[in-house]
Amino acid sequence: MTTLTFSVNNKKQNIEIEAGEMLSDVLRYRLGLTGTKISCNESECGVCTVLVEGEPVLSCNYPALKAAGKHITTIEGLAKAEELHPLQEGFIKHGAVQCGFCTPGQIMTATALLDEKPNPTDKDIEYALNDTLCRCGTYPAIVNAIHAAADKINQDKPIEFPKYEFGGDLDVVGQVVARPEAQDKVTGKAVYTDDISFPGMLFGATLRAGIPHGRVKKLDISKAIKLAGVQSVLTAADIPGRVNHGLIIQDWPALIAVGEKARYVGDAVAIVAADTQEIARNALDLIEVEYEGLPIVTNPVDAKGDNAPRVHEEGNLLKHIKVDKGDINQGFKEAEVIFEDTYYTPSYEHAFMEPECSIARPLDDGQIEVYVGSQIPYADRDQVAAALDLPLEKVRVRGPLIGGGFGGKEDIVGQIHAALLAQVTGKPVKILYDRQESLLVHPKRHATQIKVKLGLKNDGTLTAAQTELYGDTGAYASLGAKVMGRATTHSTGPYIVPNVKIDCYAMYTNNPPSGAFRGFGALQAAFAIECLMDQVAEELKIDPIELRRKNALRKGAITNTGQHLTESVGLLECIEKTHQAMLTYTDGRDPFISREVEGEPNKRRSWGFAVTFKNTGLGEGAPDNASAEIELLPDGKVETRISSAEIGQGLVTVLQMVTAQELSLPLEQVKVYLSDTDLTPDGGPTTGSRQTYISGNAARFAAVTLKNTMLSTLAEKFNLPPEEIELKNGFAHANGNKISFAEVGELMREEGRDPKLVYDYKSPKTTPLGEAGDKHFAYSFAAQAIEVEVNLDTGEVRVVRAVGATDVGRAINPLGLQGQVEGGLIMGIGHALTEEFIVENGEIFTDTLSRYRMPSIKHLPDDIKVIIVEDPTTEGPYGGKGVGEISTMPVPPAIVNAIYNACGVRFNQIPIDQDWLALQLDKTPLNHEN
Amino acid sequence: MSLFQEYLKPVTVEEAFDCLANASGSVAVIAGGTDLLLDIRQGRHARVDQLVDVSGISEMQEITLDDDYIHLGAAVTHKQVITNPLLQEHAQCVVEGCGLIGGPQVRNVATIGGNVAHALPAGDGTISLLVLDTEVRIASSEGIKCQPLIEIFTGPGKVTFDREKELVVGFRFAKKGPKEASAFHRVMRPQGVAIAILNIAAWVKLDKNGGLDNVRISCGPAGPKPFRALKTEAYLTGKSWDNTVYQKATNIIAQEVSLRTSPHRATKEYRHKLLPQLLKIVLDSAIERAKL
Repeated sequence: MTTLTFSVNNKKQNIEIEAGEMLSDVLRYRLGLTGTKISCNESECGVCTVLVEGEPVLSCNYPALKAAGKHITTIEGLAKAEELHPLQEGFIKHGAVQCGFCTPGQIMTATALLDEKPNPTDKDIEYALNDTLCRCGTYPAIVNAIHAAADKINQDKPIEFPKYEFGGDLDVVGQVVARPEAQDKVTGKAVYTDDISFPGMLFGATLRAGIPHGRVKKLDISKAIKLAGVQSVLTAADIPGRVNHGLIIQDWPALIAVGEKARYVGDAVAIVAADTQEIARNALDLIEVEYEGLPIVTNPVDAKGDNAPRVHEEGNLLKHIKVDKGDINQGFKEAEVIFEDTYYTPSYEHAFMEPECSIARPLDDGQIEVYVGSQIPYADRDQVAAALDLPLEKVRVRGPLIGGGFGGKEDIVGQIHAALLAQVTGKPVKILYDRQESLLVHPKRHATQIKVKLGLKNDGTLTAAQTELYGDTGAYASLGAKVMGRATTHSTGPYIVPNVKIDCYAMYTNNPPSGAFRGFGALQAAFAIECLMDQVAEELKIDPIELRRKNALRKGAITNTGQHLTESVGLLECIEKTHQAMLTYTDGRDPFISREVEGEPNKRRSWGFAVTFKNTGLGEGAPDNASAEIELLPDGKVETRISSAEIGQGLVTVLQMVTAQELSLPLEQVKVYLSDTDLTPDGGPTTGSRQTYISGNAARFAAVTLKNTMLSTLAEKFNLPPEEIELKNGFAHANGNKISFAEVGELMREEGRDPKLVYDYKSPKTTPLGEAGDKHFAYSFAAQAIEVEVNLDTGEVRVVRAVGATDVGRAINPLGLQGQVEGGLIMGIGHALTEEFIVENGEIFTDTLSRYRMPSIKHLPDDIKVIIVEDPTTEGPYGGKGVGEISTMPVPPAIVNAIYNACGVRFNQIPIDQDWLALQLDKTPLNHEN
Repeated sequence: MSLFQEYLKPVTVEEAFDCLANASGSVAVIAGGTDLLLDIRQGRHARVDQLVDVSGISEMQEITLDDDYIHLGAAVTHKQVITNPLLQEHAQCVVEGCGLIGGPQVRNVATIGGNVAHALPAGDGTISLLVLDTEVRIASSEGIKCQPLIEIFTGPGKVTFDREKELVVGFRFAKKGPKEASAFHRVMRPQGVAIAILNIAAWVKLDKNGGLDNVRISCGPAGPKPFRALKTEAYLTGKSWDNTVYQKATNIIAQEVSLRTSPHRATKEYRHKLLPQLLKIVLDSAIERAKL
């Protein structure tokens, strides 16, 4: 140990540390200043930024002893007393806070910028924040927030909320409000799982197979268990209950037993609990494992071959999914032209800024508490209980804040391991993944190969669509069958097609598992169909927008699964509004011709267009329900409780707004408590863009039921019909009396009425593929236009402008909605231009964030226009439906189509390889110059 | 996870050598640590017992001009490089190169000496220093030797001096004369490793007619070590920069570099496509500046 003397947030510190500790470790774990987050541990993401003598540095890669004698400022030191720093206020009001995990790093970096440049330009902001990443994609809001803060500092100009053209005129729903947890997120008080610690807590580590396919022949933990500080080493043999986990099919072993197979490099073989993380990791090196290597299969098409190595004994086919509508042969006979092409999308990584962390804590009564940022707390509870062979009530899953999910926090990763170690040692155990382990272990986006064949009349009317899809679900099922199911039903686009035949094969391979990821298969499908639609338009000499408009799903249309769409089909309106907005940028000229950039003859610009749709909710026959508890508290506040995840999308805000709206309460009178399986009923998985609709409805009807109970209480008391009593501005008005909520609650208690109730919301019934009936209870629609600039010399591509319209049914939380659409756009730009999760022969090449590059602020288009279409769905809360996923989906094909329009090179795969593009350009005449 | 056991902070070069000489176990010199600590963490560099942080040594932090030379301390950070008026005047290519590295957090700690000592074939700081005919000062317990920077590189990540016993303390290069200027440019790939696909720097001295009196060009990765395009320089010297000369120069440089395909980064063909473009960009830019 050595002494470190320095000052943090103007307070002198004199502490004993290990010489090898980084500044972030000392701040977080020695001083308890957990506002500084650690995300990548490799100087890539900027999340850990603090100021040393006023200059921003990356604290996770800054030896603590280097800071000796220096003054450090962290996010906790920014606000003066109770008054927020203008940047903190700006971030809240402009919606620059979503999951909040990168927020401290963004604000600290921006603080240094404003100190140096009090009036920064957009370029200054881009240069300063270039390496401070936000996976929620709040960059547009960050730019606005910094400008607003600068104006407040320099001109004393108050920071206002932005104004939007959507949202309607209800008191609360549809109004621009701050997210309730934003204040904690901008001040560093927000608690994520790794910010929690318990006395006597142990640290866990996991031994990974490191080979893509092999049978464990021998496993010897004897040396590891003897290492000083090691408390427990467990293998599969020590699991008291069910070894396998899995959300639908339990095919994924929590630990690989001797005699069993590792099926991908990230499979777990043994787990260790030790006094420190370092000892736990050192112990892993002492575990001896021998494998019998097995042949591997790494591509879903190969995996379907008769002689392919078998990943699972039952074979490599997870599911063959089929759709048949009309008569496909007749449809192609009726066609005057037929087009066919094959498209490829790679695997992608969620790269949520908060790596996975689980803490399990045994309680005196035998219950095990698991703290984890999970998208499906009840599924975690059930799976942990099964592995530990405990009754369900003996496991309690509690959800701290979550630093991003995007579908990547639905499966089990460290939850069972931490619980097993806690059960055996009787002590709390924390398992925190570093970025590399996170990249290695959790399920990714399915890589796909999608063949699309379209038959049309010469006027562009679709007569037939046949598609064949292969999806790489990796080593384990996860949600693979569901994901590829969604790819299947979305593969003919949001179009009216009388004759459809689809075959989709979800295949096991020895790659990392694939599971849920924003867009959920439908993103891959949208890429294929929307690229081919542009090719068709060109061949038929029809405007690409006109071709889509002609075939677009509309009210009264029948989908490829036979669903009759009777309402809330805003696609034509999305197309129209996007088209019109795009034309304002081109002065009414054809946006799809190639234009030379003024003064830069080597650069060409053009627009590209794509449309898409996405189901809201689970659908296809899966029961899709949520229960919400609501309680009128003694102080007159109301609390809504539900196990649904806030992963940055703004669910807490939505639940708070919905409750406040129904009870006519001021927002601050409504509390929301999420994700505690002992205290909050099940809201179901946070997936499928379903939470605003399903949990939103559960909260809304819970509030309505509470209101009715309150009204009947008052009706009896004042001897009035309930309809003559009104709730307004936080009070009940009856017979000229103004009664506070606290008083109403007291009345209810006196009368023996419980001011607490649970509402079980059941969404409209859907049916499985192949059966009659609706597959989904709602769909959202979107149109996206994107202008790109292609450097003809280097092949570099940049998104210049993005204009898009999304039909969300109803804008409930406009600030959050704007953030979801902008963030989805940024992620779509990443998928098209920067990201690719590369696995070679089962080994992960993109094993660090420096190799897996998510979009940064420099990928922000010069101009973004978000248009919201509100075509309500009857059953949705206030007409609302999902938006979380759709915003990403049309972006990659719109970019690919724009590139073709700009330079004549057509891509059938993403991401865009500028190398290939540049070399292709040498062979491609520029045929449509302007 | 402890990457090292002891962290020493000498304040003079002599103290640094004491630290290195007295080291028990493995030792490494660290400045900003932006590369070294990652290399240790990710297993590309063995764990070390002791780190000797030289960033606090004042004589390694100088940026000064004497009659003929700019002296640049090895511990000068990228931030200091890009904001320093002397360097903005006399070493435009270095300012440009260092300004493209990382974000402000990295530039605040990463040093120019670290960039050079890391010896990557395409280090932006290194490539830009090379065209200034930079000399490097390397100190050992025996004293200080001064040698051309280009001579210290022996391969990717490899240098002639012993990193555990010797220390890059600084650089010097000639101050900018009349009709002289430099420029730097690079092309990156949006996916994958954040190292330039190709970078290039040029320095020119114009004659009184605006022709090329003297030229220096460096680029990377154009071989196992940072590369000076001497044949192209020789050809260009005495020429006037017109299209014919440009075409000829591109042929010569294409032959003297050794470009190759790096998986997930760039193909050889693409690098050959970029090379003449980058050559034009930096020479155009340097010539424009030299005319001012």
